[in-house]
Amino acid sequence: MKGVMTSQTTAPGIVACDVRKSFGDHLALDKVSLTAEEGTILALLGPNGAGKTTMVRILSTLIPADSGSVRIAGHDVVTDPDAVRAVIGVTGQFSAVDNLLTGAENLRLMADLRHLGREAGRRRVTELLEQFDLSDAADRLLSVYSGGMRRRLDLAMTLVGQPQVIFLDEPTTGLDPRSRLTMWQIIRELASAGVTILLTTQYLDEADQLADRIAVLDQGRIVAEGTPAELKSRVPGGHVRLQFADPGLLHSASELLPAAAPDQDQLALQVPADGTVDSLRDLLNELHEARISVEQFTIHTPDLDDVFFAVTGSHVTGQADEDSTPQGARQR
Amino acid sequence: MTTLAYTVSDSRTMLRRNLKHQLRYPSMTLMLIGIPIVLLLVFVYVFGGQLGAGLGAHEGRSAYLDYVVPGLLLITVASAVQGTSIMVAMDMTGGIIDRFRTMAIARASVLTGHVLGSLIQTLAAIAVLIGVAFGLGFRSAAGPLAWLAAIGILALFAFALIWLAVALGLAAKSVETASNTPMILFLLLFVSSGFVSTATMPTGLRQFAEYQPLTPIADTVRGLLGGAATGDHAVAAIAWSIGIAVLAYLWAVRLYNRRRAAEPQ
Repeated sequence: MKGVMTSQTTAPGIVACDVRKSFGDHLALDKVSLTAEEGTILALLGPNGAGKTTMVRILSTLIPADSGSVRIAGHDVVTDPDAVRAVIGVTGQFSAVDNLLTGAENLRLMADLRHLGREAGRRRVTELLEQFDLSDAADRLLSVYSGGMRRRLDLAMTLVGQPQVIFLDEPTTGLDPRSRLTMWQIIRELASAGVTILLTTQYLDEADQLADRIAVLDQGRIVAEGTPAELKSRVPGGHVRLQFADPGLLHSASELLPAAAPDQDQLALQVPADGTVDSLRDLLNELHEARISVEQFTIHTPDLDDVFFAVTGSHVTGQADEDSTPQGARQR
Repeated sequence: MTTLAYTVSDSRTMLRRNLKHQLRYPSMTLMLIGIPIVLLLVFVYVFGGQLGAGLGAHEGRSAYLDYVVPGLLLITVASAVQGTSIMVAMDMTGGIIDRFRTMAIARASVLTGHVLGSLIQTLAAIAVLIGVAFGLGFRSAAGPLAWLAAIGILALFAFALIWLAVALGLAAKSVETASNTPMILFLLLFVSSGFVSTATMPTGLRQFAEYQPLTPIADTVRGLLGGAATGDHAVAAIAWSIGIAVLAYLWAVRLYNRRRAAEPQ
């Protein structure tokens, strides 16, 4: 993958090979390799402290890797960082906006630093304000901006120079559901316009919704990589949990549904289910006809923890055991 | 555009940003300009009568006003660079610096913007203080050339202290620390010829006062504004300023680059 790029159009947007990085005696990234083809979205999925932010900082020239190689749009981050910086845009986890300026002035600052020229700069600023629904707030100071507006402005600032490759570090963390959907829409539009995007996320559904490929990062290592469909096929999938009033009912239910896993202590039954209404209706009808009454009924859809369990055999470290990962050292 | 043209263009952009910050954060700008004025009033009207009598002049207070204005001009510089430290630390602890670092912009421009912006602010504060001093009855025997030389000495000294403040702002872990460290400059000023003649100090203190940089700078400005010869003082003042500027510049650039390379977050 490190080979010479034959032409600009076939050069993958992001190629990282065997990237290693430690902070002191803590190994933050252990031989991480990633590839994102031009115009595609690659999601880096992992819990807090997995090394996502460190990877983004290396890919975006902020910090050097200890070993390994990174090429962005064909340029090497070590030997030609300015060529990389000219084609990338980065929106970090923490807002990189100037709080003492207005929204329009922030964008204008970016236009000036991208050397767009007076006219082109002004046009681009107006365009982005409209695209990101910030026209009304353009001349207001950022102190009155909501969290969602700041995040939109942050991304708009990243896009001023029309970058070919964009890094989004947890772009929707802390956003309300509506702002999150807006952000997803923007990301999709960027990718369909040919921009290569690497985004990090803790949410499987976000990666599933947006990404062409997902790489799962756990404690500095890539533990799984593939399309969302490939990854999900490795996850046991969703199930329905049925809770019964007494052991007798649990027993008859588990005879009725041999595929299900009974839990004698909890008086519960886990029935594999794909979550469609038809399959649920069939299940409930079956129980009803057998006159088995169910106390409680819960639907469980696969999440990040299921993916982790499926690919690593253990649950998400950051959630299962807070002390085992010194998160503060790696990610603010 | 050439590399130099980019550097100039980026530095101008950053300077514009810095000047806008000063306007958008008026409470700090006004405080930095206001403190020296309040001190001028205190020194002239509270201490001035008695301190002026020590000068042996007929009109004690107005003689002391003439004596103390150079000292307060240095206070003005020290006060203004406190703002530089705060602004630099605010930039470095905020997220925007990472954005700048992932853009293909002239690396020096972030610091250049701060330095030029602060220099403009400092010169404005100096102009305000001189205006107030004239309003209070300050009289100068200096001609236009001597005035120009005095402003030049102050600007050079300000340039040196601004780089020092940039370095302190970069070294500070928080904005609070950055706002406190330049306070040492105020202390240094009190142990110099800025407010009273060093001849009146006890021996050890006097020796310290005579050999620290602020005394020759205060003496040079006083000499120029008073129409007296400055000679050796001016040489020492310029040498100190250039020395501080070079060392502080090297320190600041080293801190700026090191932070870029090693920060683990």
